[in-house]
Amino acid sequence: MKSITSVVAFFFGSLGLALAAGTTPCFAQTDIHFHTVTGPMEAHIGGLAGHSSDGKTLYRRFCVGCHGASGDGNGENAIWFDPTLGFAKPRDFTLGVFKCRSTPTGALPTDEDLFDAVTRGFVTTNMPEWRSLTNQERANLVAFVKTFSTRWQTDKAGTPIAIPPEPPAKIESILHGRELFQKMECWKCHGSEGRGDGPSAATLTDSKGNPIRPYDFTTGERFKCGVSNHDLYRIFMTGLDGTPMPSFADNIKPEEAWDLVHFLRTLQVSIKTPELGTFRQWVSAHPGQLKPIGQEAPPGK
Amino acid sequence: MRSKSVSLLLPFVGLLAGSVVVVLANPRADSGTIEGKVTYTGTPPKMKPIDMAKEPTCAKEHNPPEMAQNVVTGPGNVLEYVVVYISAGGPPSPTPTQAARYDQKGCMYIPHVLPMQVDQPLQIYTDDPFAHNIHPLPKLNPEWNKSQPPGAPPIETKWSKPEFIEVKCNIHPWMHGYFAVLKTSRYAVTDNNGSFSLKGLPPDKYTVTSWQEQYGTQSQEVTLAAGETKTITFTYKVTPYLY
Ligand code: HEC
Ligand code: HEC
Repeated sequence: MKSITSVVAFFFGSLGLALAAGTTPCFAQTDIHFHTVTGPMEAHIGGLAGHSSDGKTLYRRFCVGCHGASGDGNGENAIWFDPTLGFAKPRDFTLGVFKCRSTPTGALPTDEDLFDAVTRGFVTTNMPEWRSLTNQERANLVAFVKTFSTRWQTDKAGTPIAIPPEPPAKIESILHGRELFQKMECWKCHGSEGRGDGPSAATLTDSKGNPIRPYDFTTGERFKCGVSNHDLYRIFMTGLDGTPMPSFADNIKPEEAWDLVHFLRTLQVSIKTPELGTFRQWVSAHPGQLKPIGQEAPPGK
Repeated sequence: MRSKSVSLLLPFVGLLAGSVVVVLANPRADSGTIEGKVTYTGTPPKMKPIDMAKEPTCAKEHNPPEMAQNVVTGPGNVLEYVVVYISAGGPPSPTPTQAARYDQKGCMYIPHVLPMQVDQPLQIYTDDPFAHNIHPLPKLNPEWNKSQPPGAPPIETKWSKPEFIEVKCNIHPWMHGYFAVLKTSRYAVTDNNGSFSLKGLPPDKYTVTSWQEQYGTQSQEVTLAAGETKTITFTYKVTPYLY
């Protein structure tokens, strides 16, 4: 039986962190007392039903070292993740608060949302991707994760937000998106070039009080909550709950949201998106026409 | 019959004149009052001036700067912004239909502490020419985080479980307030004289509780006869540091 130690050590290894494997007790051999707060739970992913009773062993094997036996994110490896260096702490499942949701801010995610997050992993953090597990195994794990918070008994998962079809990423759409980036003040956190260095960036903390950095678009790194334009749409319309990243659903109209998506792609300068090509072409044909993004000069200047 | 109407002082007035929020108009003839002060012993922490340099409009508006509001004291060793409420006794209090109102104005929350009853409508307004994000940090209710750009309509919401909820704006990290979500609408917030008054209370044995964001809750039993007014004092031991 492969132990959690080697799994975890592998991820640390890839981060270049020295973890003395010998000092880590082997979870697979001790019987852990899980502190779950609900009865058995199910998860439904399409036609697939996951069962917490079947997820328990998988959790013990693959997840407990980070997320902990009571699901509070205080697994024994969690102390190695330093938020001041940009490494998020493992999610505390007892709160029932999740970052990647198709549902409005404040609502529980759908089972699919959790399934996708577990499958995809969180790049730029220590949360691995779990594509190596079968769909059934991941569905079982999602069901088990739900046993750590009574919110799954008292609240229903939210209804996914409606997303209209994506219009073509024409220059008008990109330029309007740029106006929204200014008007909605994304730049206060993400910076005028999307480098994650806006005026409010330095003081941001997540809801547990740990420092957190806004996403730096220029790196072109995958988003925590997906890769596609649809995922990007969802990210700012639902927000990343538990972090400073708010929901804009009340103030950006669905059609306009696509314009913002198209503009955000132009900030990912290191991956040369088609939107960036369109934008650069326009800018070189219209020199000096764009007002810089950021704090506007006070009136009268 | 007990009236449903709730008279909340306008939050703005509240901040200037001190917010003795008196609830339940048209009391019964035999109803009484519990009133008093919240005081402290010890040395309170010194509140620091708030640096709003990151939002120039606000820095200009608050000159001299506003002080932090974690522990607000007044002459005679009193504490302002302490919620005092009935935690037991009296008839059940119907959920007010009138919304509790929270304002964002000049990078400050007004009032600093807003009491409301469970399931009472809550409206959050912004008056500022730049965006805020409203980020309540509940433990029992669901946590959410919404952007509110200038000119946006009020956020309409409510809380379904009693809890003291810290509220933050991540863009302006000095913005810091509380929603006091209570099982009752018999509450008050101490004004700058540390005074509170709970009116319209029918005769009964009451538990009166006070809550201060740094120093937590305290309770007292008060038995009220018909038409009686009782004066009580809550005293907090304060420490010169914040935690
Ligand atoms: C090496 C440590 C580590 C292991 C092992 C690990 N996780 Fe995580 N997990 C994390 C971290 C760190 C986060 C938080 C990432 C962030 O907030 O950006 C996280 C977040 C999550 C989330 C939150 C998703 C969201 O949208 O908020 C879920 C669900 C999750 N993990 C499930 C699992 C499951 C199931 C397993 C076992 C198969 C597992 N994790 C194993 C570190 C780990
Ligand atoms: C109050 C600060 C703040 C504001 C305002 C803000 N963000 Fe964010 N944003 C963050 C933080 C912090 C993160 C990182 C969250 C994390 O890593 O868990 C983030 C992450 C993101 C991500 C990446 C999410 C992922 O899955 O990795 C995108 C995309 C994003 N923000 C877009 C926007 C857009 C578009 C706006 C304006 C409409 C905006 N943000 C406004 C703070 C902010």
